[in-house]
Parts: sequence; structure tokens; C-alpha cells
Amino acid sequence: MTIDTLSLTAEAAQTLLGAGEITAGELARAYADAIAERDPEIHAYLRQGDSPDGESGEGVPIAVKDCISTKGLETTAASKILAGYVPLYDATVVERCRDAGMPVLGKTNLDEFAMGSSTENSAYGPSRNPWDLDRVPGGSSGGSAAAVAGGLAPWALGSDTGGSIKQPAALCGIVGLRPTYGTVSRYGVIAFASSLDQVGPMAKTVRDCALLYEVLAGRDRNDSTTVELPEPVTIPTADSLNGVRLGVPKELNDAEGIEPGVKASVEAAITLADSLGADVEETSLPRSVEYGLACYYLIAPAEASANLSRYDGVRYGHRASEPSDLSEMYERSRWEGFGAEPRRRIMLGTYALSAGYYDAFYGQAQRVRTLIRNEHAEAFERYDALLSPTSPTVAFPLGARTADPIAMYVADLLTIPSCMAGLPGLSIPCGLSEGLPVGLQIVGPQFSENRLLQIGHALETALAFDVVPERLR
Amino acid sequence: MSEWQPVIGLEIHVQLKTRTKMFCRCENVRGEEPNTRTCPVCLAHPGALPVLNGQAVEWAILLGQALGCAIAKRSLFHRKNYFYPDLPKGYQISQYDQPICGEGRFVVPRENDQLEVGIVRVHLEEDAAKTVHVGGTAGRIQGAETSLVDFNRGGTPLVEIVTAPDLHNADDARLFLQLLRQTVVELGISDAEMEKGSLRCDANVSVRKLGEEGFRTKTELKNMNSFMFVARGIEAEVERQIGVYEGGGAVEQETLHFDPQSGKISSLRSKEEAHDYRYFPEPDLVAVEPDAAMIDAQASQLPEQPATRLRRLETTFGLSFYDAQVLNGSPAMVALFEAIVEAGVDAKASANVLQNQFSAAGVDPTAVDAGELAKVIEARETLPRETFTTALAHSGDADFAAAPYLEDAAVSDTAELGPLVDAILEANPDLVNAFRAGIEGLLGFFVGQVMKETQGKADPRVVNELVREKLSG
Repeated sequence: MTIDTLSLTAEAAQTLLGAGEITAGELARAYADAIAERDPEIHAYLRQGDSPDGESGEGVPIAVKDCISTKGLETTAASKILAGYVPLYDATVVERCRDAGMPVLGKTNLDEFAMGSSTENSAYGPSRNPWDLDRVPGGSSGGSAAAVAGGLAPWALGSDTGGSIKQPAALCGIVGLRPTYGTVSRYGVIAFASSLDQVGPMAKTVRDCALLYEVLAGRDRNDSTTVELPEPVTIPTADSLNGVRLGVPKELNDAEGIEPGVKASVEAAITLADSLGADVEETSLPRSVEYGLACYYLIAPAEASANLSRYDGVRYGHRASEPSDLSEMYERSRWEGFGAEPRRRIMLGTYALSAGYYDAFYGQAQRVRTLIRNEHAEAFERYDALLSPTSPTVAFPLGARTADPIAMYVADLLTIPSCMAGLPGLSIPCGLSEGLPVGLQIVGPQFSENRLLQIGHALETALAFDVVPERLR
Repeated sequence: MSEWQPVIGLEIHVQLKTRTKMFCRCENVRGEEPNTRTCPVCLAHPGALPVLNGQAVEWAILLGQALGCAIAKRSLFHRKNYFYPDLPKGYQISQYDQPICGEGRFVVPRENDQLEVGIVRVHLEEDAAKTVHVGGTAGRIQGAETSLVDFNRGGTPLVEIVTAPDLHNADDARLFLQLLRQTVVELGISDAEMEKGSLRCDANVSVRKLGEEGFRTKTELKNMNSFMFVARGIEAEVERQIGVYEGGGAVEQETLHFDPQSGKISSLRSKEEAHDYRYFPEPDLVAVEPDAAMIDAQASQLPEQPATRLRRLETTFGLSFYDAQVLNGSPAMVALFEAIVEAGVDAKASANVLQNQFSAAGVDPTAVDAGELAKVIEARETLPRETFTTALAHSGDADFAAAPYLEDAAVSDTAELGPLVDAILEANPDLVNAFRAGIEGLLGFFVGQVMKETQGKADPRVVNELVREKLSG
């Protein structure tokens, strides 16, 4: 039978495999063919993984963001400084996927070290949005989002620090789940900002995300910050939202810079939620939105400045040629290896942690972070979930924001507050604006993934969004 | 000179002999081939995460308890950032403002009083790798032709003990350090060998006029690797500082190196060159919150401290400070001592034999049957020296018994010897008369006869007295 990778969900693929209607090899080859056909223009992948011979697993294959270590398969985090680095071990999430029989299709593109919102910060060239090749797929998990949206992978692993799963999912018209901090292992995930980084599933449907999250989640003895899930993951079936209390924070819905088309699309989805039986109410997160972004841009670079110190050209990755001494080897290796954005964040973070500045910057940001956490906790005494746009805008044209870092940072304005609070969030496509997908963000309290997935599934069913990009239908 | 008072505080690093390293499962051993005890975690490969060694935490708490420290209910690890080839992550995981053990007090007994040293804190951290700089000057990295790094030591557990500036001369510093070492060794948590680097000591030194309030500028003397060098280094630095002040100068805050060969002190780095470590909480580890029951259980299992035992040897057994101190060097020796005294032997004599002849014999005190050894020591004055020495040398043998050696004991029983002396006197009436007429030299003849009759087993002193008594009677 012919396999249409553009519309095939991972769940459907599982069913076909289970029924013996297709083999794992056929499935993998279908994706290899799709990659050969469309990836030259999309550039979702930095490199391909297991050969599509059906030998590397009986399950549905997966794309893996290139900041996630894959044993024996080059892993660069889209940085030149890690060019040629081949991990000696699999990240725990990759190990879990392999244990579940999932072959690795390849490593997807991202902003260098996951620092960015468009994949334009990749040292290996940007990925393009399958809906419009002149536009960005979002980021930093833009390669994973583009792979899923472009039918180049049934599902993918993304990672999220301040919106890097939800924002590209929104811009590419797919579903992305950023899980509660601590539910998915970070072991083997190349660190950007350790207290914020979190791996999560990206797929065409909410149920696919639930199926993948079930594989990924749970305590890992190699990551001390992980916990056992309080309840097992359930695969959502809900089609009603009866009794679900939904808050609509006005600061997240009326923020400056939200495009009218995005706003209209999200409002329509909220009205739909109401008609599905939810109790919808306007609410407020005043300080989270006002201070979230600033706070994030102190904490994340501070942690990054330490996390990126290990790249010195000594043990792996790029080393400058013929340095005159050790200091020059360090300096030139780092200068040649890091792109502009990592450099900028190393500088910012180093400054924020410096003697005499620590308290005013990093210390203050941590206090604000507590405030944001508390403000969200208060909101969740009244609501099961909070709704808003995921991204203020639809996918923007390549190059539109590369000259202005602040304009790029604002792309994460709406996703950052809940990330700072360590909370789970789901982005589902809720409509089109100017022919491009709009994402609806659904944020819940800690460990509320099951409820978020139920809400997302009910809305997704009612919205009946076609995830195949219009130009590829 | 006498109006100057040295003010000394110590920072001591102790390498814990846990089975594995501080944050990974690599074996914690010394002397293996370089770079054979490494893994992605201790080599700082991308994505690797630390996992705290529970044994190291328990031992740090145990040490804290031995030093009378308050054990923190909640303690944190921090990243201490600095860039050096021995530190692959670019930061050391250490503790900063929330160490595992807080303030304590350590008492060092002296002959007529005691030295009380405040403990500021005890904290856990990972050791750096070992670097060897080849070529260039004196093992420094600057100008070296090659720098070699052995990561076997990298990531092994250390405790750092910081004292208050309560020490006022080099001898006290040495005394403190020696007792601290003994305490650590007896806890079984480290070999604490200065020569091998498993115990390292830095000293913070300043001087002030006697009676002066507050402290003057201190310098830090780094890494002195024997008790003697610690004392000599401090003496040299105190002398140098006094010289500076008396010459009208001012002491600069700097880090210094003491060269024991030349006795010279040289500067490693000045205040301006001091690192800004940019400490911040380690996001990859969770807070350490030791279980109260575990803390109590450990406290109750804490062995008797060397200082307490020393005082007990003095008060309970009436030993001199000197004897008690010598004996106290080995808890096994003290245990043997106590068992021998228990068996009825005089304490002073037991201590004397143990610290002299027994120690010289090199027998393991734990292998000795104290009851049998007690019999030998009890009979020490009647045994020929050679017999006594041989008995001690064999006292650790599995089948050691006192009886065969005691057969050589001198006969000193006057009831047994009396009739023998009478018989010899009766057999030699002429000589008896000659003696009584003043030829006192004949005494030796009579004694010799008795010795001959007893085949040398008679106690010559007893025989001597007995013969003299009977001749004069």
C-alpha cells in the first residue's frame, strides 16, 4: 500500500504495523523517500540516522532534535564547535525511544544550542516552514516541527527552554507538548539553561503526543531533577469540555504585538471551548507577563554561560588549527566555534553572575521567578488550564528579525512565563491567519499533562484542523 | 617580635575514599593508568549530568558530627566557575552559602590545657583532574611545552573543612591538623595522607599587635604537603609579614606558595588576579535534605573521638599526657591496653611495654590475645630479656600462649629458694666463716652456686638478698 507521510499519524502508523499491513522497513523507506524528495528545500534534517532497512526497530520511526545525544551518530546542537562530535552514549529519551522499537530517522535542525526562535541561528543554515518556504519554522525545535509538518517524520523529539517546542509547533501547524519540568530526563540533552530545559513530543495530533510522552516520561536515575509521574499517562479520548474551568489571562491575550489574525483565531477557539461545555473566564497574570521575558533573559544566559564553558576544543568538537599555546587554542576554538547568539548569551550570563552584579541580576531574577510561580499557582486554584496564543505572530519571513535580537526574543513572550514556572503547556493548531497556522497555548499546573491532553484532544477534534500544509495537499 | 600575634585559619581538603566518584559511577582509585577511570560525566561530555554520591554525603555528615558541627537541614550545591584544563566542565561543583555542615568546635588536648578551634563549615565538592605541565618553568602552565591531564582524579569527592582564625602559632596549627587527620582516619572516610595529596592544607595567615582588635590583611599559603611544611610555611610567612610591618610597609592580599626546599615564599597571584567564581546554584542537582533519623543514627554510631580518648587515658588510667598521647596514636593499641589493664596488669607498666617493646616488635595489636599478653607483661621482671622479646614478637600469632615463655621465669619464691641456700651454706662452712670474717667477695660464689643448682632460673636479685640475709643472720 502507498504510505502518505504527509497525513499519516504515528498512531495510524502503529495500527498499520500492528495489523501487519505494512512493515517497519516499508514505513522507514517511505519517510526516507519523503526526505529525499522534500528535505532539500525544507532542510529539517542536519543528517539522517538509521538506514531504512527495518533492522533498527519494529516501531514507528522518530526524528530527534540535534541537541539530543545519539550514540554513534554525530550530534552538534547546530553549532560548529561540536562539528564531528559523536556521542558515546544515548540520551535517556533516545534510549527510551529505542527500547520502544523506534528507529531514528535523523537529527533535526535547531538554533545553535537551542538559542533562538527561528532556526536561523543554526550554524548549518536555517530550516524552512513547509507551509511557506520563505518563512521560518520557528525555533529552536524548528527542524523537528518542519519535519513533522512536511511529512518527513511521523513524530519528533523537541526540547523547550522558553518556548522552543510550543512556538515552532504553532508556526508549523502541529501539536507540541512541553512537559512539567522534571518529568522527562535531560540526561544526554545538550544543556542550554538547565533549570528550564525540557524534552517533549512534537506530532500531528494530541494523541500522538500523548503516546510519545508516555514513552519519554518518568524518573531517570541519571537525572537527579526527574520525578516519578504521580499518575500514568492516559491517551485522551474526550470530546467534551464539560465542567472544565478555563482561564483566559488578559495579559497573554492582549499583549502588544499579537497579530489581529492570531487573536481572531484564538478567540474563535476559546468560543468553541465554551460551546464544548467549558467554563471560560477572563483572568490576569500581571507580573508573569510583564517580568517573564526580562527574567528569562537573565536566568537562561547565566546558566548557559556555565553550560557552554565545557566547549574548549580539548576533548571533542572543533579545535582551532595550529594555536601558538593553550590560551590561544581555547580562545580561537571558542571564537571560531560559537556563533553570534551563543556568544551574546555567554557574555550576558557571565555579566549577570559577576561579583557585584549577581544580586541585582541573577538573584533578583530568581526572586521574580518565584513570584511568577506563585502567581500561576494562584491562578490554578481557580482554573484547570489557561488559554492564549502560543506565538504573537504567524511564521515570519526568513531574515525579518535576524538583525534585531530583541524582536526575536519577543517571539517567546507568551510561552516564557509558564516555562519559568516549570509548568506544562500544549500548543495545538487552531486555525489559519493569512494562510499560515496559528497555535493555541494550553497551560496547566504541574503534572496536569493528562488534563491538558484531554482538553487539547477535545478542541482538536472539534477544530478539525488539517495539518497538511495547503501547498502540499 | 613578641608583641606580634599571628592569626591563622586553615582550609583543609580531605579526599574521601568512597567506592565511586562524587557525581558519577567511575571507580574512585589512585595509581591506575591515566584516564582509565572516566565516563561522559567526569569528562564533561555534552548532555552528561551529575548524580550525587550518597556515601559522600553520609561521610561528610559523620565528619561534621565529629567536629561538633551543626548539620544543615537543607544544603545546596553551587557551580564555581573557572576555566582551567583540570576542570572539564569549566566549573567545579562545590558548596557555597549552604554547606552540608555549619559551625562547630574542635578541641585539641594539650598537656596543661586545651586548644579550642572553631569550625566555620564543612562542605562537599569534587576534585579537579591532575595536570602535569612538561617543559617551561617549575611545573607551571605558562610557558609549558605540553600539559598532560589525567581525569582519573577528576570528580573524586572532597570535603573541605574551614576553621576560624583561632590558631596563633605554627605548632598549634600542626597539632590541630594532626588530630584532625587522626579523627578523619579513624572515621574510616579517608586515608588522609598529606604526602599523597589525600589531605591538603592551605593556611590563611595574618599578624596583628597583641591586644589589637580586628584583623589585618591576610595571605593564603597554598598546598603545603606535610605537617612539618605547614608549620614551617606558617612560621616563614608570619616572619615575613612582621618584617613588612616593621619595615613600614603593608601586607598585600595575595595567594602564596611556600617552597620547603628553599624556605622561600613566592606569590602565585595577587588580589587583582583573584578569580570571580560567579557562584550560582547548581541546577542539575536537587537540594540535600538529610533525613533526621539518619543523622541521629549516625551520631549514635560515632566512634569515640581521639581527643576524648586521650583525656580518658589520662584520667581513668592515670597516664601522663605524653604516655597517653603516644598510646592514643592507635585506637587498636588503646583497646589492647585497656584489655591488658582489665586483666590486672598495672596501667603505667602496660603503657610502657606497649609503646616501647611491643611497638618495636611490629605486631598488629588487633591480632593479640590480650589475656595471654597480659600474663607475659605481668611476668616481665622475672623473664630473661630475650624470652620477653620473643614472647612479644609472637604475641600476634594465632596460637600464641604465655605458658611456654613463663617456664623461663626466674624463681623468686624465697620459700623455694631458702632451703637451697641453707643447704649450700651448710656444705661450705669454711667459706661461710671467711665471708663473715670480711671477705665479702665470696657472696658471688654462693649466689653462683644457687644459680647453678636452679639451672639459672632463680632470680639473681632475690638470691643475692637471700644469701646476704642468711650470712648475716
